[in-house]
Amino acid sequence: MIKLLYALCFSLLATAVGAQDVAPGALIKSMSDEVIGIIKQDKDIKAGNRTKIDDLVEAKVLPHFNFDRMTALAMGRNWRKANAEQQKQLITEFRTLLVRTYSGALAAYKNEVIEFKPLHAAAGDTDVTVRTQVKRPGSEPIDIDYSMEKMPGGWKVYDVVVAGVSLVTNYRDSFNAEIRDGGVDGLIKSLDSKNRSLESQGTKSK
Amino acid sequence: MLQRVMGLVLLGALGALGGCATAGGNPDDPFEGYNRAMFKFNDSVDKAVIKPVATGYKKVMPEVARTGVTNFFSNLGDVWIGVNNVLQGKVGPGVSDFGRFAINTTVGIFGLFDVASNAGLEKHNEDFGQTLGRWGVGPGAYVVLPILGPSDLRDGFSTLVVDWHGDPLWYVANIPTRNELVATHFVDQRANLLDASQLLDQAALDPYVYMRSAYLQRRRSLVYDGHPPREPDPDASSKSDPSGASPARAAAELPAAPPRSYDPVVPRNYDAVLDVSGEISAGLKSTSLQP
Repeated sequence: MIKLLYALCFSLLATAVGAQDVAPGALIKSMSDEVIGIIKQDKDIKAGNRTKIDDLVEAKVLPHFNFDRMTALAMGRNWRKANAEQQKQLITEFRTLLVRTYSGALAAYKNEVIEFKPLHAAAGDTDVTVRTQVKRPGSEPIDIDYSMEKMPGGWKVYDVVVAGVSLVTNYRDSFNAEIRDGGVDGLIKSLDSKNRSLESQGTKSK
Repeated sequence: MLQRVMGLVLLGALGALGGCATAGGNPDDPFEGYNRAMFKFNDSVDKAVIKPVATGYKKVMPEVARTGVTNFFSNLGDVWIGVNNVLQGKVGPGVSDFGRFAINTTVGIFGLFDVASNAGLEKHNEDFGQTLGRWGVGPGAYVVLPILGPSDLRDGFSTLVVDWHGDPLWYVANIPTRNELVATHFVDQRANLLDASQLLDQAALDPYVYMRSAYLQRRRSLVYDGHPPREPDPDASSKSDPSGASPARAAAELPAAPPRSYDPVVPRNYDAVLDVSGEISAGLKSTSLQP
């Protein structure tokens, strides 16, 4: 069961290319290829150098994610309860949490192979799902789907579904529970303290 | 036997707890009070015993050996997976599972090597809970089982009462050997999850809620073999289903409907993928996938 959470990390095996009008599938493909290429070669990353992995994620992966939309979706109906300032804080904290948790997991990359399934979309679509499958020797393949929308700056990911588990839906349940207990400010506070504790763990393990 | 007793204890406990569902919580989780307590209990047992043993096992055993152990148990599981595929009307995949077992048991030396995967026979994920789901049984309330962890009424019943009958390990006549095998299987599974459980601790604001949500989503997806119909979004967020079809209809059409052809800029590397998908959709068409 926990295996799929582990797989979440590979959902961020994704990186940048310059061109803006690349097809969404090709975008994810070139992202993954580039990041995997770097991870395979970089000795510091293999040795678990957190700063370097964070930098890699920051430079290659994050530009292709739409954190505003991810945060709004994870908040669901509570999004409108938050004022502009709170919304800004939420986006920042959520982004930090996702980066912290998954950049570390990149170091766990072994010899997974990512396969791409054909995209079912019409030429004019602005919202598509890129379906991929991660294969590891000796275990059942894991599906990773990227929900992407077309933005002025190119295609952006707004949800990642790993083995049927949507990142956004998963956090929506957590956010709902936090907001029920402590309101929007309560949620911001627990996100903040979570990020702080992850940060101190990160520096300790170096 | 042990599992049967646990099943009875569990059902009794649930009956007793049925009356004290709390209001305001998640509607899928009326037993949240009991579940949280059990989650905590499982966590402390894991920290005190299971995780240290699994960590030691991982340290002592070379990776090749561990993969062999994982493959061995995985191979035994393929028979029951095949049975469940057939029970769900998916004869093609079921036959493929039996083929996997035949190949891996012989060529793969008692299942130590997963030759069948390399030969293109994919490993599937099926169990009796999914079969019931396919037959139309809903998951029921979320339940955390002792030691075994997240489950729901349908899957818990299936795991404790039905699935183990399909596990060849329980038919080993020599009891000490059998227990040793079961224990090894358990430790091996936990060892495979060590990295993942660390991730859970990091990613989750509240590991209990995170796990519950992941479990319920995952099982729903498995029942539909990875293509669950969209759930109505309680918050009706910005975008609606682009196809405009009702969820049930969308699901029924999914395997058979020819995809709208995409996009002038199909990258070159899609060719291989397209071949595979042709085979997959042919396979799907040949079996009745309609839930």
